[in-house]
Amino acid sequence: MTSDGSIPQTADVTSDELREPPSSPVRRQTPAAPAGGAGSSRPTATPPGKQAHSVRLEKLRAFYGTAEQVKGVDLDFHANEVTAIIGPSGCGKSTMIRCINRMHEEIPGAHAEGRVLLDDTDIYDSAVDIVAVRRAIGMIFQKPNPFPTMSIFDNVAAGLRLSGVGRGDLHGKVESALRGAGIWDEVKDRLGQAGIGLSGGQQQRLCIARSLAVDPEVLLMDEPCSALDPIATLKIEELIDELKQRVTIVIVTHNMQQAARVADRTAFMLSGDLVEVGPTQQIFTNPADQRTEEYVTGKFG
Amino acid sequence: MSTPAAAQQPSVLAAFAPSRARRRRDRRARAVIAGFTVLALVPLVLIVYYLLQKGLSSWSGSFFTSDPTGASFFKSVSIGGIKSAILGTIELVAIASAIAIPVGVGVAIWLVEYGRKSLFANVVRFFVDVLTGVPSIVFGLFIYITLVITDLVGRGLAGYKGSLALALLMLPVVIRSSEVILSLVPNSLRESALALGAPRWKVIFRIVVPTALPGMVTGILLAIARAAGETAPLLFTVGSSNQTTANPGSEMNALPLQIYNDILSPTTSVINRAWGAALTLVVMILLLNLIARLISRRSRLA
Repeated sequence: MTSDGSIPQTADVTSDELREPPSSPVRRQTPAAPAGGAGSSRPTATPPGKQAHSVRLEKLRAFYGTAEQVKGVDLDFHANEVTAIIGPSGCGKSTMIRCINRMHEEIPGAHAEGRVLLDDTDIYDSAVDIVAVRRAIGMIFQKPNPFPTMSIFDNVAAGLRLSGVGRGDLHGKVESALRGAGIWDEVKDRLGQAGIGLSGGQQQRLCIARSLAVDPEVLLMDEPCSALDPIATLKIEELIDELKQRVTIVIVTHNMQQAARVADRTAFMLSGDLVEVGPTQQIFTNPADQRTEEYVTGKFG
Repeated sequence: MSTPAAAQQPSVLAAFAPSRARRRRDRRARAVIAGFTVLALVPLVLIVYYLLQKGLSSWSGSFFTSDPTGASFFKSVSIGGIKSAILGTIELVAIASAIAIPVGVGVAIWLVEYGRKSLFANVVRFFVDVLTGVPSIVFGLFIYITLVITDLVGRGLAGYKGSLALALLMLPVVIRSSEVILSLVPNSLRESALALGAPRWKVIFRIVVPTALPGMVTGILLAIARAAGETAPLLFTVGSSNQTTANPGSEMNALPLQIYNDILSPTTSVINRAWGAALTLVVMILLLNLIARLISRRSRLA
């Protein structure tokens, strides 16, 4: 993906379409004018890597009705890094990352409090368009879910069509997204076939291509490999390693070996609280917190 | 089962070998159930038999191409066919569908995508359920007292008033069947489309509805089939005109009305025409059901 230089360098969706709250300071590397139009670009936007954006959670709390599932988490996700979130089932990992692109509130009765900053913009600010948030912060789900009515091509184009991002050179964008997801060679001769005809691992990479097509800044992955076999998992992990050249990645995983393999930093959560976060190496070999050590050594969870 | 072998060498299974009495009870129960099945088949088979026997004999080329305007008391003059009834049914049901399908699908989409579990949505669901159980003649009565005998839209019987009654009849069926199918669309599809940055209305019309479409079409066709066979709502809304007319503002003819009127006649040939019309109606509805089956087989859900 990085060698052929075919990464879609499309318009900087995030900074132009997330409208600035009036008081917010100017963000790094972006023009001061909020209505910059689609033409404004990042100065350092050259392959193979690009400067992605960082995400910061401040006092993030998430509720289902009145039940508090995430209890005030402060956490930084560094740009162009993979951050893994580990923890036992029901500890709030998935809920937390669903707050990062405001998918949490899609569940009836659910809401979130606190701040989620994409660079310096609070995505929960009332001036921010929720659609723009999701365009900038893509999401991969546990089970591969290509749109069943659509062909492989249309699945990838769906993001562009649905979100109304510039139509120009649809085919080129689809191809580079499929290349970016490492699935182009497998599907290039059958782009017109149904997306659900692919194997599970291919479907998941198709979903990753679908997310990449709208050129997000951040990619949230909610146990992306838990429904896949080891070989498909390996392919996704290799892909994650390449993708961090262009996006910031947050991955929730039940699989601690996976966290150790792919993540630059790892955060450990327990019953809604963030217990510890640090470089992956440190979390797995020399954690500061007793509970982290017990979890990563398999004493519980 | 090898009971003799088990008797010689008692195995663990021998303890569970059914006793003779238990086998007898089992046989008896099975016979009773089979008997009820046959009993249920008797009227069904007889209906089909009489329909085919009496209906087919009155079918002919002119049966479908002439209006039922002939006089039955002149043996020399043909009593006429059922052209106006066929065309009338098609038109009445088409108008009813044009009203009930968009409204019904709209309500179903609202219930599944927006109303969800809200109080108002549950109230709507309750009334839809009540409407499903309302006898069809009540819909006709409702149109009769609101539109036929008042000056609201002008007194008198008219085809479109019958169509409105049929639309009311179809509405709950369309809403309920569409709602069920729409709620079968996995939430993960909605979520992944939303996560791509799609506005909700696009998610609904580009992802949810296309996924649910085959199932929705099936439900809608079944609603149409039900409406096509209804007599009661038409009796005092449509009137009955023997001439073919395409004007829904005038009195019209329909297959159920034709059957109803003909069956009251003392003349054998007219009664036979009722059988021919009944067979025609059954074949039309059967075709709709068949199409519905074919489409539902292509469904990507369930």
